Amino acid sequence: MSAVSDVIRTRVDAGSGALVGYLPVGFPTFEESVDAAVAIAQSGVDVIELGLPYSDPVMDGPVIQKATQQALARGFRLSHGFEAVRRITEQVQTPVLLMTYWNPVLSYGVERFADDLVSAGGAGLITPDLIPDEGEEWLVASERTGLDRVFLAAPSSSDARLKRAVEVSRGFVYAVSTMGITGARSDVDSAARGLVARLRDAGVENTCVGLGISTAQQVREVLEYADGAIVGSALVTALSTGGVEAVARVAADLATGTSAPA
Amino acid sequence: MALRDETGPYFGDFGGRYVPESLIEALDELSVAWEAAKVDPAFHTELDGLLTNYVGRPSVITEVERFAAHAGGARILLKREDLNHTGSHKINNVLGQALLTKRIGKTRVIAETGAGQHGVATATAAALFGLDCVVYMGEVDTERQALNVARMRLLGAEVIPVTTGSRTLKDAINDAMRDWVTNVESTNYIFGTVAGPHPFPAMVRDLQKIIGEESREQVLALTGRLPDAVAACVGGGSNAMGIFHAFLDDTEVGLYGFEAAGDGVDTPRHAATISRGRPGVLHGARTFLLQDEDGQTVESHSISAGLDYPGVGPEHSWLSSIGRAEYRGVTDAAAMDALRLLSRTEGIIPAIESAHALAGVLELGRELGPDSVILVNLSGRGDKDMETAGRYFDLIDAGAEQA
Ligand SMILES: Cc1ncc(COP(=O)(O)O)c(C=O)c1O
Repeated sequence: MSAVSDVIRTRVDAGSGALVGYLPVGFPTFEESVDAAVAIAQSGVDVIELGLPYSDPVMDGPVIQKATQQALARGFRLSHGFEAVRRITEQVQTPVLLMTYWNPVLSYGVERFADDLVSAGGAGLITPDLIPDEGEEWLVASERTGLDRVFLAAPSSSDARLKRAVEVSRGFVYAVSTMGITGARSDVDSAARGLVARLRDAGVENTCVGLGISTAQQVREVLEYADGAIVGSALVTALSTGGVEAVARVAADLATGTSAPA
Repeated sequence: MALRDETGPYFGDFGGRYVPESLIEALDELSVAWEAAKVDPAFHTELDGLLTNYVGRPSVITEVERFAAHAGGARILLKREDLNHTGSHKINNVLGQALLTKRIGKTRVIAETGAGQHGVATATAAALFGLDCVVYMGEVDTERQALNVARMRLLGAEVIPVTTGSRTLKDAINDAMRDWVTNVESTNYIFGTVAGPHPFPAMVRDLQKIIGEESREQVLALTGRLPDAVAACVGGGSNAMGIFHAFLDDTEVGLYGFEAAGDGVDTPRHAATISRGRPGVLHGARTFLLQDEDGQTVESHSISAGLDYPGVGPEHSWLSSIGRAEYRGVTDAAAMDALRLLSRTEGIIPAIESAHALAGVLELGRELGPDSVILVNLSGRGDKDMETAGRYFDLIDAGAEQA
């Protein structure tokens, strides 16, 4: 009963996998961030990961930090996040997950946040600094509302922790490709392949690999073993240098990596 | 259960681990190593040896009568952490964590620093143990504590100025965490205060509690009784937890934490986290923090780099919530006045951080009266602050330049 999961399954069943695209709300402006998200959806991105700018983003590398700091400096408010979800889902069918650090949700009220995300048409949350051990309130709220909850799995995670991440996640499990933070890397770690194999052993249905993926070739490689590939910094760079048109072009190119092998 | 027996990860509703999954293995490894070290006599023998022969412990307590005359005549005793090697309490914690780094077989250490005292202590321990050392320091702080930047570099550490966000301690912690996530296999993060994810709040407290254990005995020996109040400044809260801990279950002893109130707690420019913040999550722990209505961290302000932090250790949030300790704000101006007063009445130049506790005690002494005994943690010496003090009090001749 998850739109995100359905999209990923459809792509996997067709012999390939999903492309998940990250962009932050409010960068470079609110309007352009909405247009950019719609544009990447129309260019072959299967799931949108919409980032909420936060003052202390410990999982983010320089490219995304710079973009989200700029959005904050220009007056980003949490209400803009819900508004962006509404505007995007009015225009495209593509499911939208919010990527957010935990304190803004806690401050807003977990139950209220879940309700407002449902009304805006959002699919769920990716929570980079919330581990399942601390996630009780969110598990309850997402159970009640049916929202997806995407937890992270790392190469260093124990088998028991992977199992727990698989049990509690809905939509997909976010497999962190390498030990590190967001940012394009020339080769996506072989650690990702091992991690996905371990997640399969733990019974995962959908797992998408993120951190460091920036080319169609990398997308294709990742989809050989994973159900989805997550691209962030490469899209943000395109948006900041060439605007909506450029980010759409880069998304379309990345999406060639998801075409089923001939 | 005795208050002293709390070991985390939670202190009441506070604490925990709000960090990326990639760090959990490293935090577990540290927790296990720390639990093993705590009960290992060999670890304590080595640490105690360093504290005695390298740091110069036990630090003395000094009664300051001429200063106390300005505090309603209360007896005021200073715990002299300023006399430690490297000039503050930070070295107590760092030596323990550096020994732990060796035990878990890592060769590179990283640290965040505000005033530079924790960075200097970490660079010192890295030099002593032959570890590679990188210190993250907000750009604003590298400017106001330039002398400590030079000390760290002389000791062989690499200092990386952090240019994101408010360019102070909070952002230095963010960058240190990013480094740790990326290099966790080779690197141990030596955290400088009782904040952050478990096990740091409990571990740093355990390594600092020697301050209270020594001074509790010293006050008993000098006065024949326990003090009426124990006072300390609170940035992240390590020197305060260090001196409070031995007294937590002495219910007749009042515990007072003095936070930096900057221009005043009723202005937007302060760092009075418990006095003016509300609970949330910052840097891996659920605790009080300064935040706006959207849960974005609000930038703190203080003349003191070491107290210029919008969060606070979770054990302090808990002690405040159960009413065991009281937290008050002290303005920049009051702290600087107290810094000058202690210098002129006692010949002791305190760190600006510690001067916040001294200013708080001037008022507290008047409240508690002349029969009271107040123990104050003098967490560090003022050498690093001479440029700030020189400018503040206009002590440096115009055009003067050191040859
Ligand atoms: C002398 C001194 N006191 C106090 C502090 C504040 O830290 P904490 O609250 O952890 O003791 C610092 C931090 O740099 C310091 O250098």
